[in-house]
Amino acid sequence: MNVAVLTATGAFWAGTWALNSWLAGRTPSSAAAARARDIVVPVLFGITLLVLWEGIARGFGIPAVLLPPPSMVWERITNSVPTLWADFYQTFIKAVLIGYALGCGAGFLVAVAVDRSAFLKRGLLPIGNFVAALPIIGIAPIMVMWFGFDWHSKAAVVIVMTFFPMLVNTVEGLSASNAIDRDLMRTYAAGYWQTLFKLKLPAAAPFIFNALKINSTLALIGAIVAEFFGTPIVGMGFRISAEVQRLNVDMVWAEIAVAAVAGSVFYGVIALIERAITFWHPSVRGG
Amino acid sequence: MTVSSIIAASDSRMGYSPARRAFMRLSQSKAFAITVVVVAIVAIWYAFAVYLNTPWQLTVYERGDVQWTAADLVRDTLAQERPVLPAPHQVLVEIWNTTVTMNPASRRSLLFHSWVTLSSTLLGFVIGTLLGMLLAVGIVHNRAMEKSVMPWVIASQTIPILAVAPMIIVVLNAVGLTGLLPKALISTYLSFFPVVVGMVKGLRSPDVLQLDLMKTYNASRWQTFWKLRWPSSMPYLFISMKVAVAISLVGAIVGELPTGAVAGLGARLLAGSYYGQTVQIWSALVMAAAIAACLVAIVGMAHRMVLARMGQST
Repeated sequence: MNVAVLTATGAFWAGTWALNSWLAGRTPSSAAAARARDIVVPVLFGITLLVLWEGIARGFGIPAVLLPPPSMVWERITNSVPTLWADFYQTFIKAVLIGYALGCGAGFLVAVAVDRSAFLKRGLLPIGNFVAALPIIGIAPIMVMWFGFDWHSKAAVVIVMTFFPMLVNTVEGLSASNAIDRDLMRTYAAGYWQTLFKLKLPAAAPFIFNALKINSTLALIGAIVAEFFGTPIVGMGFRISAEVQRLNVDMVWAEIAVAAVAGSVFYGVIALIERAITFWHPSVRGG
Repeated sequence: MTVSSIIAASDSRMGYSPARRAFMRLSQSKAFAITVVVVAIVAIWYAFAVYLNTPWQLTVYERGDVQWTAADLVRDTLAQERPVLPAPHQVLVEIWNTTVTMNPASRRSLLFHSWVTLSSTLLGFVIGTLLGMLLAVGIVHNRAMEKSVMPWVIASQTIPILAVAPMIIVVLNAVGLTGLLPKALISTYLSFFPVVVGMVKGLRSPDVLQLDLMKTYNASRWQTFWKLRWPSSMPYLFISMKVAVAISLVGAIVGELPTGAVAGLGARLLAGSYYGQTVQIWSALVMAAAIAACLVAIVGMAHRMVLARMGQST
């Protein structure tokens, strides 16, 4: 146990905590100051967590096998960029992106078709809701058996996982337009497609983006977990399970850091697109 | 003339026979639509089972030099030992054999594995819900906590936490924690998030007018919390708990994968995929789906009961 390191960590934690509560308690003078504060406070909190982790791991002398300090993980990341990139390419670019695009696309198209039939809406929607709550991840071994070890089986898992949230949300969104607005379209003698593109789809956009956001997280989880069931010797899920067996925990954490950054960026990009497309929506306009 | 008889009279004037009208009402109902869709899904499942299992069956016939008809083919494809896609009745028979006709304490019993998964799901769900509630109360009452913790609660969920599952299990095993708790912790991590988000929304849902009223009553913070904020957060809490319980089942199943297939539905899936036992995989899947459906239904029932007790009917 290293008392000096622990004391320094504790002091740092107390200092940032005091600074944070001081910052959060102040009324900002301008909108820009408020925005700056909203960024600074969580960033400080995040840095504090990293410092706490580092300090506790070093101060208590926790073996690196259990909990490697962040500096060690960072070193590992910088030292093994080619491996991490290969895994990222195999899992994210191939399985996640392709599966995400196909799953969301299929869910969207089926939803548009379902929206035309009141009968299918009554019958399919409760089932879609039910399936969306099921542990779909369990189909991973079946998909690996059907489509082989390579990325195709992972993409298939991602397709099935992303399909149902997209279906349910889009169907709900397509019926979100007002009766008055629909009547207005009728008085304009708008056809089905005109109503769809000019009224229903824009009204459904917030719902669709909600599904896209949920799916961005689901897709990454699906691809990584599917790799636990059989995979070629590359991929993030493979690396995690293989390095855990060899107790190379720093490599596992490096892989998790890559996954976390990839997941956050993926989510962030979709959120940005959402802001650009649904700029008229109250939740965006309200800031 | 009573009101109901007027309605009946106007009904009969519509010119449809009662049977026809009953059928029309039936075809408009939700249950009918769901039944039709389910029947269609089962039919498609059977069709695919025949189609996908045919190639293997044909090689069997060829090797055995058997004369076969189309009826033989359909019957045999639906009764294979290790089909590519098992037929629904095969899965049901497997479930029946491994639950009802088997000693629940046996390691081959599906009930035994279901219980292992269910217990860690429930433990994780309870811890996660309590943690989520505590965090939400803190966030609502402390500005510093709101500003600093809330963004990280959201960021924590963009991390594919299930990917960390094997490591958490291995690390906790190394520390000496084995059995239920490591898996439950994964469920906890997954389930606390929807509870925090929903509960914060719920605790903030009383409007200014109601909060002002509490102020004019000279209510303390404590009283405002228990008499206003807490009751008005209940609908939000239960909706979040439905999501949380479903996701903690997923967490428990994935948590069982890396432990080397010891026990639980996840282990059952992994073992099935090692040995190509498709019927076993499907029966574990159906069991997991049934458990998920039951858990969500139980939370939904609790939701209705609490709301009824509070004098709000849904």
